Amino acid sequence: MSELVGKTVRIRYFALLREERGLSAETISTEAATVGQLYNEMRSKHDFSLPQDRMSVAINDQFANWSEKLNDNDVVVFVPPVAGG
Amino acid sequence: MFQLTDKIIDENELKRLVMDERAGAIVTFDGRVRNHNEGKAVSALAYEAYDELAINEGEKIIKEAMARFAIVNVAAAHRTGDLAISDVAVFVAVSSAHREDAFKACRFVIDEIKSRLPIWKREAYEDGSSVWVNCQTCGAHSDREAPHKVHHSERSERSEHAVKSQTA
Repeated sequence: MSELVGKTVRIRYFALLREERGLSAETISTEAATVGQLYNEMRSKHDFSLPQDRMSVAINDQFANWSEKLNDNDVVVFVPPVAGG
Repeated sequence: MFQLTDKIIDENELKRLVMDERAGAIVTFDGRVRNHNEGKAVSALAYEAYDELAINEGEKIIKEAMARFAIVNVAAAHRTGDLAISDVAVFVAVSSAHREDAFKACRFVIDEIKSRLPIWKREAYEDGSSVWVNCQTCGAHSDREAPHKVHHSERSERSEHAVKSQTA
């Protein structure tokens, strides 16, 4: 039921994704039930090069699973392969 | 203590932070910007971080190290922004009663930092090209010789990841 209801979420972009999207952040409405679905939606809309299995995801500044449910007002970050150190 | 900073890392301050009368050993590691990576001459690089998550995750790594090893204290810092060749990109200091524990914990902390923190490296090369390290895809055009290798070593094999990364 609730999965069909639209949510408003904030997406922040970093590194390669920031460049591919041309934005550091945006607030969008989505009907995606999970963060994984949200990535697929944004990837097909904006042609992101990285497949989901090479990425991680964070919700509200903590790492999460792709199957995690998306809630209204969540802040989501798709995390490209890291290269610190 | 874990910190992200866009200023030069103060190595002595981090060492002082872990000094303790119970500690007979302090082991430190500094990862520096190397002038070459995967056969290409590197001219400069920049680190971009997702600050909030990097700090959350960095603090977790510190806690895990304290729980896993018989150490007295641990401090680590990672740079963001533009760095030049030989600049310190990451620094780890660990104190322990005996050296073995500090060596092991230091290794653990740097390996976890490299594999877990949401920090990205944009490398610029002498030939004028630049790239987000580890972010090349098979389909995307790339001037790397072997994008597939970077691609598949990314998550599963930490040791290979460390070898391929530019520092350390």
